[in-house]
Amino acid sequence: MTSSPTLIFKRPDAMSENVTHYCPGCTHGVIHRLVAESLDELGLRDRAVGVAPVGCSVLIYNYFNVDFLEAPHGRAPALATGFKRVRPDMIVFTYQGDGDLASIGMGEIVHAANRGEKFTTIFVNNAIYGMTGGQMAPTTMPNQRTTTSPAGRDVNKAGFPIRMSEMLSTLKTPSYIARVGVFTPMHIINAKKAIKKAFRLQMEGKCFSMVEVLSTCPTNWGINPIESTKWVKTDMEPYFPLGVFSDPERGDD
Amino acid sequence: MAKRLMKGNEAIGEAAIAAGAPNYFAYPITPQSEVAEYLCWRLPEVDGVFVQAESEVAVGNMLFGASASGKRVFTTSSSPGISLMQETISYMAGAHLPVVFVNIMRGGPGLGGILPAQSDYFQATKGGGHGDYRIIVLAPSSVQEAVDMMLWAFDLAEKYLTPVMLIGDGMIGQMMESVEFPDKYREENNPDEIEWALTGAKGRKARICKSLFLNPEQLEENSFLLAEKYKKIKKAERRCELYNVKDDNKIIITSYGTMARICQTAIDELEGEGVSVGLFRPITLFPYPEEELYAEGSKKNIKCVLSVEMSTGQMVEDVERIMKGKKKIDFFGRTGGVVPSPDEVKDKVRKILRIKK
Repeated sequence: MTSSPTLIFKRPDAMSENVTHYCPGCTHGVIHRLVAESLDELGLRDRAVGVAPVGCSVLIYNYFNVDFLEAPHGRAPALATGFKRVRPDMIVFTYQGDGDLASIGMGEIVHAANRGEKFTTIFVNNAIYGMTGGQMAPTTMPNQRTTTSPAGRDVNKAGFPIRMSEMLSTLKTPSYIARVGVFTPMHIINAKKAIKKAFRLQMEGKCFSMVEVLSTCPTNWGINPIESTKWVKTDMEPYFPLGVFSDPERGDD
Repeated sequence: MAKRLMKGNEAIGEAAIAAGAPNYFAYPITPQSEVAEYLCWRLPEVDGVFVQAESEVAVGNMLFGASASGKRVFTTSSSPGISLMQETISYMAGAHLPVVFVNIMRGGPGLGGILPAQSDYFQATKGGGHGDYRIIVLAPSSVQEAVDMMLWAFDLAEKYLTPVMLIGDGMIGQMMESVEFPDKYREENNPDEIEWALTGAKGRKARICKSLFLNPEQLEENSFLLAEKYKKIKKAERRCELYNVKDDNKIIITSYGTMARICQTAIDELEGEGVSVGLFRPITLFPYPEEELYAEGSKKNIKCVLSVEMSTGQMVEDVERIMKGKKKIDFFGRTGGVVPSPDEVKDKVRKILRIKK
């Protein structure tokens, strides 16, 4: 007698069947999946509310089986604050890019983190504005060419890339802040652990949590997907080191 | 319930609790900071939510998020702060979400001043943010009316799924009057009973709360849906009050808020001098009581419709539009925090009627 096949890998329940609009080689899809798997594994899907940003992931709500709010540019942490304060029993997360979080929404993320709002932020840093067509971001690397810095980012005029995780971890308020990558399978496994931990800490009502994910943008970087993952490793990671910057369970606050 | 002597700002805060909206997000600004100072201790007593945000931009967006939960939420601010909230007002109008904003108006433009004004009429009634939308605008002329309007404002916001704004000049916020609250306060909404609320996709499809429609036909559809909503509001929710309106009126004054009360004093005194003037006080500024104003203003005995405002002339443009050239339209206003006296209004009336003192 042959046993029936066992399903060991499937689409997470928290993800919809819709095909994403992301460019080939973009790692938004991987990051979406890690969020969805975390929600599934912690049993949070049916009491979660996501807040979408403005940017490439503006349509994230099409790819999840989760209630979603679509925020004005940069304001996702304010929406998340409002929702979570009136429904502390729900699980709230924002999903934001570097232009959204580190430029126009700098005020909202800093104050939400400082108030210790009990929601989770997934911060996708790919060093460029994707949706608007490759303009310079606050996290664009020195000398990196973009459509608004065609000769490369001039740090004398545009300043240096902002390290959000390091900056937010200087706040005295307890938080969980980690930077991860998704440019190799090993990094993806570690990224998943960080994202799941961020949601677990929210479940336990512990603290604000943010996972910064170094991501790719082959289209606007003007290189192919394989070179893109290499570029994250060689050019971004030295400036944006991976690691845990703040952890309420480490007692370093 | 027994009457209480209360400052307008505090009464507005208490009224929101009575309306079942103990969820307040705010940023301090004169002349309405007393609302936050009152609610910061009062809301914890009723298990409400009080958040002092980092900016008015954040306030608006906290309301956006909180409103999507299905609970009743509100803020209070003053003119420059309300300007910063226009982003959210546009988004929430587009996303069909209920919310109540209170603008205790001060003089503008810019940082302006901190004294009472009515110079945000255009911003409130014509849409201060981008896009094809309107909001319901209510204008109280006493502290009691502000309280009653708060109760009504939340009902309107939910009935039409739209932002509602109460605009009072600084006087309404700062003045103390006796007020009565309902005996029974409304319970908070149960989000599970609200069909549009984000409650988690349990046993149903995920709900999306958004104002983004990349397909032009869909965006047009949403815009027409909004237009249809405003049509219904215009039909059903116009409110106004008439004062001393009689067949021998020579002039009809249109005025709202505190200014309307000052006009009442002027009208009483003029009546004693044998000069008959009526008052048309719009209670809703959007929808404007257009048919009602036209009916009163176009009567045979009326020589002139006079708009009296604490601005350089904003509502008067609506009065002109509504009266369609049927009567002479005149305007009197002081602004920047200067509140006209009854004598100034009387002088203006005499001037129009060419009556010597």
